[in-house]
Amino acid sequence: MAKGNGNGSSNGSANGSSNGSANGNGSKSRARVGAVLEKTDEKIRGSQAWLAIFRPGSVYRRGYTDSPRNRSYVIMNNVLYHLHPVKVKRHAVKVSYTLCLGGLSFFLFMLLTVTGIFLMFFYRPTATSAWSDIQTLETAVAFGSLVRNMHRWAAHLMVLAVFLHMCRVFYHGAYKSPREFNWVIGVILLTLTLLLSFTGYLLPWDQLALWAVTVGTNMMGYTPVFGGSVKYVLLGSKEIGNDTLLRWYVLHVLLFPFVIVIFMAIHFWRVRKDGGISGPL
Amino acid sequence: MAEVPEHLLKRSQERRQALGLPTDGDAETPVAADGGGATPPPPPPPPTGGGDTPAADDAAEEPSDSRIPAHLLARSKKRRTTLAGGEDAPEGGGGGGTATAVIAPPVAGITGPGGHTQRLLTVVKSGSIQQTRAEAQDKVHTWPHLVVIEFASMLIMTAALTIFSALVRAPLLGLADFNRTPNPSKAPWYFLGLQELLTMFHPMVAGVTIPGVALGLIALAPFIDKNASVKPTDRKFAIAIFTLFLMMWAVLVIIGSFFRGPGFNFVFPWNDGIFFEL
Repeated sequence: MAKGNGNGSSNGSANGSSNGSANGNGSKSRARVGAVLEKTDEKIRGSQAWLAIFRPGSVYRRGYTDSPRNRSYVIMNNVLYHLHPVKVKRHAVKVSYTLCLGGLSFFLFMLLTVTGIFLMFFYRPTATSAWSDIQTLETAVAFGSLVRNMHRWAAHLMVLAVFLHMCRVFYHGAYKSPREFNWVIGVILLTLTLLLSFTGYLLPWDQLALWAVTVGTNMMGYTPVFGGSVKYVLLGSKEIGNDTLLRWYVLHVLLFPFVIVIFMAIHFWRVRKDGGISGPL
Repeated sequence: MAEVPEHLLKRSQERRQALGLPTDGDAETPVAADGGGATPPPPPPPPTGGGDTPAADDAAEEPSDSRIPAHLLARSKKRRTTLAGGEDAPEGGGGGGTATAVIAPPVAGITGPGGHTQRLLTVVKSGSIQQTRAEAQDKVHTWPHLVVIEFASMLIMTAALTIFSALVRAPLLGLADFNRTPNPSKAPWYFLGLQELLTMFHPMVAGVTIPGVALGLIALAPFIDKNASVKPTDRKFAIAIFTLFLMMWAVLVIIGSFFRGPGFNFVFPWNDGIFFEL
């Protein structure tokens, strides 16, 4: 790589061209080290593994040098290209405009996914074992307490971040044409975020969880016409119990994440299709 | 000879009529075309942005020198003297605003009387052959400008969250017990506004109708708010309504969180303590 070149010899040719002859001030041994580094560099760069990872057109095949062309290629030949265009409006990178809220909501979702997967290793969604599993997790598992705390606080933070993101978008008038549809998707995402948070609330199976969910589901029971059915479907029985816990667990770790990922994909895609983030005021 | 597009001919004709010239003699406008071949013009001029007639002349016209800009003539002369003729290479094609169409590839030996190997057929302004709809925008590269900011915000978020989580424990109360209802029983904080409404309205209104209508109205905001402007000064009503809505919600959540004690009765947190778990 470019690093190796600069290290070995005085003519820091970044493209990996020959620099074996370190002329001038460099001592003999330094030149030899440079040559070895150069050779290793070529070997790695020519290896099948390297060429398999960095697809044709990737700037890392040849070594990155800072140029407008390479800056474009970094994005174009990257999985990030699904999220970001090569260039964005200058005002769009201003932190004072977006406050990073949308991006942070997404990042919190990823953090929650990672910490959530960790928690799943130690948790069984049954009324008899859920609570004690968490006790065990907190006391007997390395980093168990920390990861559970992170999951919980990140969940609250995500609700807050999504909500603030919505406020930001409203105050900028960014829901206006052509972004009406994406605003609606955003409201769906807010609802899904609340549902994800709420379904997770029951899982510790402690007094806080049980009664908070009782209050919540009692409210849903008042849905006109099919309130009773809604409540029954949500609880899996007439009362909160084992079935409820399993149901909410599956909703929390599978169904809602699955749905929210789909809506997030549409949301991000539409941001680009609607011309990037909204213009300056 | 290549066909000159009809709309260009028409435009040229209109322009000429507007100028009151049966044949274009204006020295300011660059010569667009030359047919014939009797006396070929100088090598293709580099694009001149200033010309405002996309005229395409026909073959009958004489390439009178008065129509060719002086500097081009001078250059052509100079070029002619330097080259014996025959291997005159065309200069880099038309960039910028114009495209030049050149025929007669430079075949050694076949040259015009002037020693030229190509003829300029027409200069077509870019507007007539390609549509440029988007205005140029002030843009920056995503890499590194945006990616760096995203990465930094992720790092800060991760660090803050890790530190906070290391210091503050998530609540875990006693095992769920159906026979022991805590007093007060509260919903998660984001639903405490609704629970607060429950003290004022019938559960169907507070728990279903109001949140449903509120969410529906928010989702329909872009279709209700027909005002196209995004300037805050033009949106006073929308901003006022939304802020009022936010404030109302915030007040309800805060009252529900901190000002409700046993029996969900109103308490002051500085007198009776806080009955709130995250």
